[in-house]
Amino acid sequence: MTQKINSHIPAGPIKDKWTNHKANINVVSPANKRKLDIIVVGTGLAGASASASLSELGYNVKSFCIQDSPRRAHSIAAQGGINASKNYQNDNDSVHRLFYDTVKGGDYRAREANVHRLAEVSGNIIDQCVAQGVPFARDYGGLLDNRSFGGVLVSRTFYARGQTGQQLLLGAYSALNRQIAKGGVKQYNRHEMLDVVVIDGKARGIITRNLVTGEIEKHSAHAVVIASGGYGNVFFLSTNAMNSNTSSAWQIYKKGAMFANPCFTQIHPTCIPVHGEQQSKLTLMSESLRNDGRIWVPKKMEDVEKLRKKQIRPRDIKEEDRDYYLERRYPAYGNLVPRDVASRAAKERCDAGFGVNETGKAVYLDFASAIDRLGRDVIEERYGNLFQMYEKITDDNPYETPMQIYPAIHYTMGGTWVDYNLMTTVPGLFSLGESNFSDHGANRLGASALMQGLADGYFILPYTIGDYLSNEIQTPRISTDHPEFNKAYETVREKITKLVNNAGKRSVDSIHKELGHIMWDNVGMARDEKGLTEAIEKIKALKKEFWSNVKVPGTSDEFNQELEKALRLADFIELGELMARDALNRSESCGGHFRVESATEEGEAKRNDEEFAYVSVWEHAGDDKEPILNKEPLVFENVELKQRSYK
Amino acid sequence: MSKFITSSIGKKVVMSLSGLFLMTFLMVHLTVNCFLFAGAEAFNTAAHFMVTNPIIKVVEPILALGFVVHIAWSIWITIQNMMARPVRYNKTNQGKNSSFASRNMFVLGGLVLTFLALHIANFYVKIKFTHEIGAVSYAGVEMHDTYTLVTSLFTIWWYDVIYVIGAILLGYHLSHGFWSAFQTIGFSNQIWRKRLTVIGYIFALVIAGGFAIIPTYFYFVQ
Amino acid sequence: MNLKLKVWRQKNAKAKGGFEIYNISNISPDTSFLEMLDILNEQLINEGKEPVAFDHDCREGICGMCSLFINGRAHGPDDDVTTCQLHMRKFKDGETVTIEPWRSAAFPVIKDLVVEREAFEKIQQAGGYVSVNTGGVPDGNAIAIPKEDADEAMDAAACIGCGACVATCKNSSAMLFVAAKVSQFAKLPQGKPEAARRAKAMVAKMDELGFGGCTNTGACEAECPKGISISHIARLNREYLVAKLKD
Repeated sequence: MTQKINSHIPAGPIKDKWTNHKANINVVSPANKRKLDIIVVGTGLAGASASASLSELGYNVKSFCIQDSPRRAHSIAAQGGINASKNYQNDNDSVHRLFYDTVKGGDYRAREANVHRLAEVSGNIIDQCVAQGVPFARDYGGLLDNRSFGGVLVSRTFYARGQTGQQLLLGAYSALNRQIAKGGVKQYNRHEMLDVVVIDGKARGIITRNLVTGEIEKHSAHAVVIASGGYGNVFFLSTNAMNSNTSSAWQIYKKGAMFANPCFTQIHPTCIPVHGEQQSKLTLMSESLRNDGRIWVPKKMEDVEKLRKKQIRPRDIKEEDRDYYLERRYPAYGNLVPRDVASRAAKERCDAGFGVNETGKAVYLDFASAIDRLGRDVIEERYGNLFQMYEKITDDNPYETPMQIYPAIHYTMGGTWVDYNLMTTVPGLFSLGESNFSDHGANRLGASALMQGLADGYFILPYTIGDYLSNEIQTPRISTDHPEFNKAYETVREKITKLVNNAGKRSVDSIHKELGHIMWDNVGMARDEKGLTEAIEKIKALKKEFWSNVKVPGTSDEFNQELEKALRLADFIELGELMARDALNRSESCGGHFRVESATEEGEAKRNDEEFAYVSVWEHAGDDKEPILNKEPLVFENVELKQRSYK
Repeated sequence: MSKFITSSIGKKVVMSLSGLFLMTFLMVHLTVNCFLFAGAEAFNTAAHFMVTNPIIKVVEPILALGFVVHIAWSIWITIQNMMARPVRYNKTNQGKNSSFASRNMFVLGGLVLTFLALHIANFYVKIKFTHEIGAVSYAGVEMHDTYTLVTSLFTIWWYDVIYVIGAILLGYHLSHGFWSAFQTIGFSNQIWRKRLTVIGYIFALVIAGGFAIIPTYFYFVQ
Repeated sequence: MNLKLKVWRQKNAKAKGGFEIYNISNISPDTSFLEMLDILNEQLINEGKEPVAFDHDCREGICGMCSLFINGRAHGPDDDVTTCQLHMRKFKDGETVTIEPWRSAAFPVIKDLVVEREAFEKIQQAGGYVSVNTGGVPDGNAIAIPKEDADEAMDAAACIGCGACVATCKNSSAMLFVAAKVSQFAKLPQGKPEAARRAKAMVAKMDELGFGGCTNTGACEAECPKGISISHIARLNREYLVAKLKD
C-alpha cells in the first residue's frame, strides 16, 4: 500500500472488526458535540439519514440539496427493495451469506471488511425504517414480506410495492424534518455546492450557489460530508435524474480527495428502450420484475423481421421458437442472474441481430406464464404501478403483450475513495452512499444501494466521524473570512463569469449529448483499448469545444438552469476522461467493466486477479497534468476468489 | 378546543353540522308539506300542530341561528379561499375533475337564499306579521287556513316556475352538501364514501322532487 | 406534430409576468411533454432567447419536482401521471397548449413556470414524522401490522409532494397533502402515540401558510398523479376532531 492511502481496516477476524473498531474509536461528549458543525451535501438516503442521525447526537448540521426539497433526491426513484440478512424466510440467510453474495456479486473487487460491516448492520436498517413508519409490504399474518433479487439464492429483499426507495427516503426525510424543526439541522434547499474549502490540509467548508438568487455563499464547518450520489449522467442518457451530477465529487477530487474505480459503472438490464434522438432520459423497470418475468428473443431471424415490420405480434411466436437465453445459458439462476450478466447477454443477442424493435435494441420481458400461473390479480398486486408506468411511456399494455427492455446506465460503483471510516484522503472530508466507492466492487447487486446508503448514514458515519471530531473539540467555529474561503469563492465566481460571458454557439445539452455518445460507444457495455484511447482524445477535444463554444443564456445573479447544467457538464467532461483512463488501465474484465480483450470462450467476463486485485485510486495532479494512479491492494481472507458462475 | 372554530377544519365542521341540522329541518318541512295532498283539513291541522307545538317554539330560533351560521361561515370561508389564489389561471378545465355542484356551493347556496327570502315573504311574513291569512275551524279548534294560502299562490304560474327552480337549486346544493357534510366530520372511508354519495343523491332527489312536485301538482290540479 | 405553445413567462418573483406564444414543429408523439419543452428551449437558445425555466428531475414520475398546469389541468390531460410521464400522443396536431405555473398564494412563482413549494416543507416539519432516534428500536417483526392497514398506509404514503392537489383545488387547499401524511401514520402502530399531536400541528401549520380550506370537491384526488383518495381527508378530519375534543 502506498503512503498516500491507508484504508485503516481494523485487525482481527472479519466478524469482529466492526465491533472492535467501534469499541476502540473515540467519542465526543454531548457538551462538545454542540460546539461542532458538520456540513452534509446531499439529502438522499445517505445524506438525509446522516444529517438526521448526526443532529440527533447533538452536532450542528447544515444540510444542502439542489432541489426544492430534500425529498426529491434520486434515491426516491429506487423501485425494487432493500436487502437485509434477517433470515425471516428461514431460507438459511445470514450475515455471512449476504456478505459473501455481495463480494461475489461485485466480482471480487470490493473491500471485504466494508462489505461485512454492511451485512452486519443491514438488519438494523429494516428495524429503523419500520419504527419510522415506513409501510413495508406485509403478509396476512402482519409480518414483513420478502422478494428475491438477482444474484442471490435467498429471499431477503424488503419492499414497499414498487416504491421502496421513495418510502425509505421519506422515512429518512421525516427524521431530517424532525431535526430541522428542533433546530439541529439548518436546511439549505436549491443550493449547489461548487467547491470545498481545505484549510491546513483539513476540510473546513464549502462554497455554494443559491440557485434562486445566484448568490455565492461561504459555509464553514468542522467536517464536510459528501453524499451527492453517482455520476451516471456522464452518459447523458441514463436512469439517473436529470439533475444528478458529479460536481461535488469532482470538486473534492480536485482538492485532494482521490477517486476510486471510476470505470465501474452498472448497466441495468431492464430499462425501457430508447425511442429516438429527442429522448432526455431513460426509465428503469425494476429488477423485481425478473422474479416473475421471463426474458426472451425469437430463435428465428424471420420472426424478428416480421416483428419489426409489425406483421406478427410477440405472442404469435410459438413457445419452441422462443429463445429464453438467460434460462438457456444460466440454468441455476435463470432470469435472476446479476445485472452485468443479464445486460451483456441482452447485448449479445441484439448484436447478433435478434433485437425485437425497429432499432434492434430491445428484448422481451414476458409475464404471460406468470399471469397463467398466479393470475392477473397477483401480478397486478406485485407490479401494478410498474406496469402502469410502462404503459404510460410506451402505450403498450404489459398484461397483454411482453414488455420491451434494453440495458441502460443505472448506477456507478466507482466514486470517491474512502477508508474504513468513510473518510476520503482529505482529513475531515467524508463520502457516503453512491458517491463513495466502497462496497459494491465492480458490480452492485440489486437492492443493495438502498442498504448501503442507509447503513453509511444511520449506522456507520455517526460513529466514525466522532473519532475524527474528537480531535477537533478545541477548534473554535471556523471563520469564513479565512483566505482559503476567499480564494475558493473567487475561483467559483470567475468560472461562472467565464461561462455566462462565453460568446459560444452551442447549447449545453448538445455538448452533453456528444459526450454521452462518446461514453456509450467507447466506455459503455463493451470496452477495448482502441476505443478507450480514442475516447480520451475525443473527450479532450470536447473539453476545448465546451470552454470555447458553449452558450449560456441569462446572467449569473438569477435563477439560471442553463448555467447550472453548464457547471455540471464541465465536471462530467473531465470525469469522462478519467473513466476512460481507468478503463484503459484495467485490461481485465470484471463485473460491469467488460474488456473485449479479456473474455472466456463462452463470452463471459474474465478477471485477472494476479494483476488487478486492487482498487484504482486516482489522484489529481493538476489541471493539465495526467492523474496519478495509486493502488489499494484487495486482500481476500474470507472469500475464495473464483470465476463467477451463475450456471 | 382552543382555536378550533377558526381552524380550516373547524370552520368546515361548523358548515357541516349546521348543514346537517338544516337538512333535518328540510325533512320535517317536506313531511308537513306532504299533508297538502291529503286535503285542507289534514294540512291545516298539521300546520297548526307545528305552530303550537312547544318544541317547535324552542327550535325555531335555533333554526334561524342555523341559517345565519351556515350563511355567515360560508361567506367567511369563501373569502379566505379566494384569497388563497390571488393570481387566477388563464385556462381551467375543472369539469374533468369535479362536479358542478361541488365547485359552486356558494353560488347555489346564494341562489337558494334568494329563493328563501321570497318564500319567507310569501308565507312566513304573511302568517306571522301581516296576518294576510284566513281562518278555519275544525272540531272547534280555530286555526290559520294555510292550505288556501299555499294553494292559491300556486295557481300563479310564474310562482310555480320559481318554486320548481328553487327546489332544483336546493337539490343541486344537497347533492354535494349531504355527502360533504359526512366527509367533513370524518364519517367516511373508501366504502362509506360510495354509499354516502348514493344516499346523498337520493336525498337530494327526494327533497328537490318533493318540493318541486307540490307547486306543479297544485297548478295542474286546480 | 406541430403545436402552438402559450407559455407563462416571468423574469423573477417580483416581475410582472405574461404569456408568450411559441410555435414548435416536428414533435414525435412518443416524445414526453418535458422533452418537448427541452426541444423548445434548444430552439429558443439557438434564437438567442432565454429558455423557459421549469422544475423537473427524475422524469419517471416519482420525485415530485415537475409541475405545470397544462390546458387547465394539473400535470396535463392524462390521468394518474406527472407532467414528466405525459406524452405528446395525448395532444392533437395543431393544438394550442396553454402552460401555466401552479397558482397559489402559498406557492409564489420564482421564475417562469417554477414555483416555491417551501410551504410543504414547513408542514412536514411541523409533524410529518414519528419521533424516534436512530438506534434502539425494536425488531422489524416485533409488532404485527394487519396487511390491510399496511396497504392503506402505503396508499397514503405514495404522495410525491408535487403540489398538484393545491394547484388544482379551486381553494388552493393542501388538505390532501396533509391528509396523506397524517393518514399514513394514523394507520400504523408506530405513528399512533403522537397521532393527535401530529394532526393538530400539521393542520395549524397548513392554515398559517395561506392555503385555502377543503370543500370536498374531490378535484385533488382526480388530478393526483398517485391517485391518493380523499378518504384520507376524512380520516384527517376524524383525527383532528378527536384530537381537539380531547384538548
